[in-house]
Amino acid sequence: MPPLLEVEGLAVSYGRVQAVRNVNLRVEEGALVSLVGANGAGKTSTLSAIMGLVQPRAGVVRYRGEDVTRRSASDLVGMGVVLVPEGRQILAQMTVLENLELGGYRRRDRAALNAEIGQLLDRFPILAARRDAPAGTLSGGEQQMLAIARGLLARPALLLLDEPSMGLAPQLVNYIFGILREIHEEGRTILLVEQNARKALALSDRVYVVETGQVVLEGTGAELAHDERIVAAYLGGVGVSGPS
Amino acid sequence: MGWLQEFYNQNSSTINFFGLNAILGLSIYLTLAAGLLSLANAGFMAIGAYVSALLTIHGHWPFWAVLPGGALVAALVAVPLGLPVLRLRGVFLAIATIGFGEVVRLFFINWDYAGGALGINGIPQQTRWYHIFGLLLVLLYCFWRLRGSRTGFAWEAIREDESAARTMGVNTTFYKLLAFVLGAFIAGLAGGLQAHLRFIVDPNDYGFGEAVDILVFAVVGGMNIFVGPVLGAGLITVLPEALRHLRSFGIQPGPDRTLVSGVVLLLVILFLPRGLVSLFTEAPRSWARREEPVAPPA
Repeated sequence: MPPLLEVEGLAVSYGRVQAVRNVNLRVEEGALVSLVGANGAGKTSTLSAIMGLVQPRAGVVRYRGEDVTRRSASDLVGMGVVLVPEGRQILAQMTVLENLELGGYRRRDRAALNAEIGQLLDRFPILAARRDAPAGTLSGGEQQMLAIARGLLARPALLLLDEPSMGLAPQLVNYIFGILREIHEEGRTILLVEQNARKALALSDRVYVVETGQVVLEGTGAELAHDERIVAAYLGGVGVSGPS
Repeated sequence: MGWLQEFYNQNSSTINFFGLNAILGLSIYLTLAAGLLSLANAGFMAIGAYVSALLTIHGHWPFWAVLPGGALVAALVAVPLGLPVLRLRGVFLAIATIGFGEVVRLFFINWDYAGGALGINGIPQQTRWYHIFGLLLVLLYCFWRLRGSRTGFAWEAIREDESAARTMGVNTTFYKLLAFVLGAFIAGLAGGLQAHLRFIVDPNDYGFGEAVDILVFAVVGGMNIFVGPVLGAGLITVLPEALRHLRSFGIQPGPDRTLVSGVVLLLVILFLPRGLVSLFTEAPRSWARREEPVAPPA
């Protein structure tokens, strides 16, 4: 059986800038896979190319064995690939509830969708309290919860998460990672992009380390947590300077 | 009803032009609602006006058929134009659509079959007030129904954040093109009605000035709800006529009146940045807030 997601030889350029040179990765059904790496390593560009938001210069993206490299984002959402984007991208002027409804935009089962919105509001009581407030008035952590909840309403078989902990206080980072663990334990497949390597390693079945647009290391979370190079570069090891 | 008939007789052209301008305001509201700053609607209006006038004069088509005919041609032109142009955003889209408007104008100036620079004269006056206001009512009903529909929701999401909408599975290319083409169709209808109201079609009536006027209806009236552009069209159409009564205060027609008109518009934009419509939707709150005393420094 083919893996749920398979990326081969992916390359993405913006004009002359090569953001992604050669990325290969596999995400098995039910796994939580992380891409870690410094700023500008090409992690977000990799997700954008998988999602069909940018056209890759080279390479193939296969989902359930099918080549989806040239598919549009709206097609992919329909097939069950959903991205929770970097910087949350919530609709600031629309209410929390409207943002959640946007998550279910491609669904036709209104009744089931409304029931699921109700369940998610139970799960995130903060969002329930603010359901009719403009989403732009939420705090950063609340906006991230909203973005994740919105993504879940699209019924993802594969959830792509881009830097969910970015710009959040440590307590909130723990809370968000707790939610990711829950979502994963419910059986969802997750591809996570994170700068917070320590957290990502602890949670992941498999980790890919990306540097200057290429995968330089891969392994299970436990293996990499003890790898000297990783410890030095991403986990604040002593004696070797981290990435600038 | 005698006074009503008399009022209409005295002000028929103002009333009819208000209706046409309101329809044009709705046509640009449609693109603005999808976050597109398009100034192509004067060009689409020209296409609707020319095609319908030619169908009447040379094709001898009935009036009920020339209007959708002209609008359909405008909409058909909008499809190949929109596909590349709608990839642009903000002012870049505005500039590209201004360019389209100029191309349309120059095309008609150089098209001898359509009268060249002189345009078309002697179009039978078939437009009646109930054609204009009937269409306006139908459009208002459609716009009212659009709010809260799937399509209206998609446009709102695109206007708010196009990339977020795309990420969540909204086919942004389709919905942007839909807004653009429907806007072109409505502007084309307005062009046809206008051509059959004032006997003539003059290529220079559909230039940059007209494109900006249409945008001003929406800016002055308010862009948050479809009623806004209708109010804006009302103020801008009626204002110059109302200013005629200022003659007794020594304000002459021509430059003076344009000046007063400009000052009124500036005041509206300064004090009602969300348009005339905000007088009805949010006035009590904002006035109340203004009366609150300034908090003393701690």
